[in-house]
Amino acid sequence: MTRMPLGKGLNAGLRAAMEADSKVLIMGEDVGKLGGVFRITDGLQKDFGESRVIDAPLAESGIIGTAVGLAMRGYRPVLEIQFDGFVYPAYDQIVSQVAKLHFRSSGRVAMPIVIRIPYGGGIGAVEHHSESPEAQFALTAGLKVVSCANANDAYWMIQQAIASDDPVVFMEPKRRYWDQGEVDLDAEPIPLHASQVVREGTDATVITYGPTVKTCLESAEAAAEEGTSIEVIDLRTLSPLDLDPVIASVRRTGHAIVVHEAAQTLGLGAEIAARITEKCFYSLEAPVIRVTGYDLPYPPSRVEEEFLPGLDRVLEAVDRSLAF
Amino acid sequence: MSATMPDAYVADDPAEAFPLVQLLTPEGERVTHPDYAYDGDDDSIRDLFRDLVLSRRIDFEAHALQRHGELGLWAPALGQEAAQIGSGRALRPQDFAFPTYREHGVALCRGVDPALLLGLFRGVELGGWDPVEHGFALYSIVIGAQTLHATGYAMGLTLDGEVGRNDPDRDAAVIAYFGDGATSQGDVNEAFDWAAVFNAPVVFFCQNNQYAISASTDRNTRGPIAQRAGGFGFDGVRVDGNDVLACHAVTTAAMQKARNGEGPTLIEAYTYRMGAHTTSDDPTRYRDSSEVETWKLKDPIERVKRHLLTQGTPQDFFDALDAEADELGKHLREACKALPEPDLATLFDNVYVDESVELQEQKAQYVAYRDSLEPEGSGS
Repeated sequence: MTRMPLGKGLNAGLRAAMEADSKVLIMGEDVGKLGGVFRITDGLQKDFGESRVIDAPLAESGIIGTAVGLAMRGYRPVLEIQFDGFVYPAYDQIVSQVAKLHFRSSGRVAMPIVIRIPYGGGIGAVEHHSESPEAQFALTAGLKVVSCANANDAYWMIQQAIASDDPVVFMEPKRRYWDQGEVDLDAEPIPLHASQVVREGTDATVITYGPTVKTCLESAEAAAEEGTSIEVIDLRTLSPLDLDPVIASVRRTGHAIVVHEAAQTLGLGAEIAARITEKCFYSLEAPVIRVTGYDLPYPPSRVEEEFLPGLDRVLEAVDRSLAF
Repeated sequence: MSATMPDAYVADDPAEAFPLVQLLTPEGERVTHPDYAYDGDDDSIRDLFRDLVLSRRIDFEAHALQRHGELGLWAPALGQEAAQIGSGRALRPQDFAFPTYREHGVALCRGVDPALLLGLFRGVELGGWDPVEHGFALYSIVIGAQTLHATGYAMGLTLDGEVGRNDPDRDAAVIAYFGDGATSQGDVNEAFDWAAVFNAPVVFFCQNNQYAISASTDRNTRGPIAQRAGGFGFDGVRVDGNDVLACHAVTTAAMQKARNGEGPTLIEAYTYRMGAHTTSDDPTRYRDSSEVETWKLKDPIERVKRHLLTQGTPQDFFDALDAEADELGKHLREACKALPEPDLATLFDNVYVDESVELQEQKAQYVAYRDSLEPEGSGS
């Protein structure tokens, strides 16, 4: 076991993937000399050279579009989109090209591309630096979408995503980059597309992913002091979803609360609520409740603490569900 | 036109603004150019002529198949055969071409069975051929998107050391096809920039057929398209797109430069879309028939025929080619109707390399539903 921050876990995972496969390339804005604005690729260009860690021109569509050609050439590009709000210029290449080429070619052309996106709020940033666009990728057939929430997952999931022959949008909870955690450098990882119960409980099931996993664990801790036992599930994989652990849990607890930073309407919570309703209809003792960002453009950072789902909003939702 | 609009599109007189490379006049006369020469003999010109005639036949048959209801749509390349065959025949097996949805002539040059081009337009396929086998990517419909793919592939060639070895049998390059309308797209301009910055072995081949559906070139560019390359830091050249010899010579030089590791080139092939944008389009709403008549006089096939007749090519050659074209037409008509119908159930299998449980479940639901509709005793 080695203790490191989540961001360092990603860095170590990227390094391991580059050592394991010479076809792995990193490309993005400022990823080379600077090591990325969050230093996730720190030191990699120095050790692997400028032809494997490529400082890209400032053009997001170009980053994804050229990666399509590199993937056709047999490379496994790992692309950094500098901030969530800058992914939209590349949206066409992601949804119309990366996502569809395998399908369009009847399986002849694979797109083993990883698109890393530091996402979410809570860092006091300016506009376009705090968004949660994961649902916009999860709804696109042909893409896989995951989000890590701790250092160990950061280390292993980035390697698994790079090894995937399908394109993976890798959502990184940027406000958790500095959170320390234990990383097991030797343990056999659980599969990339598997959800995980991260705290067991009996009264209610809280389902979340990414930056709000920590929030929900803290909520569960606080609830325990008041005698309420909350089970927390880290989805980890957003497309495809792995809801077996969720369904098993909700069938026991009868109460389901979905938490994410992204806006409520048509967020992942809506899909998860629909599936829980479908699979756990006779076990539910309350409607599935969503605790999310509001349906606003991301607000000025001085009010983001009120905008983001916090410990108290999660507990309030649990209370509301239990009182139903 | 408002008072603030700029003066007329400067390329209205292309010869003055950015001279066209021409090696064969519309009258069929070979002319010389200080920088470019066609290096083949009359036999190789006959080969080009054959490709021109066959590619026009593909277009003719596909158009007819659409009118007979066998295709949902067709995008004719009528009038652009010289640009496509001239450039397509300048490629080597190890090169890679990234087409739009109108490069039927290039497909022919890359050895793709023309019948496979029909699948997309018939609605039975989204692709149809193996891109790697032919060095010919799938048709791309989102305008300009493929220019970035071409640039990335070219960057890969450089990383793999496939350029600049002075080995003509191995050194490789990429060609990206697009139209005049595409030059307004961000992706195309990003591709120019990336190619320049990374010195990528890619040739940008713009068929300026003067219309982006209804929008004439002056709605998409203020100056000659070829001139743009200079702003990105590489060479641009303007070629008579109806002159197969000039298109071949210019593309050969640009591809060789790319294979040598000397970076990208932009070629603007100045041509004319004789037909509609697609079979769903009505060009009489936006252009005069007199304009079309003018361009008929510059037909890319007629000028080669005139030249070959002047050189004494026997009538037997033309008769045999007509018979070959008839055979190709027959093949297309038969093969079109024989293209296998898609099965929705099997399409689930190609969304991912590693299919998800979710998708397997949806597929099972669909198949169960479909099976529930089968009348009893109908088999399967």
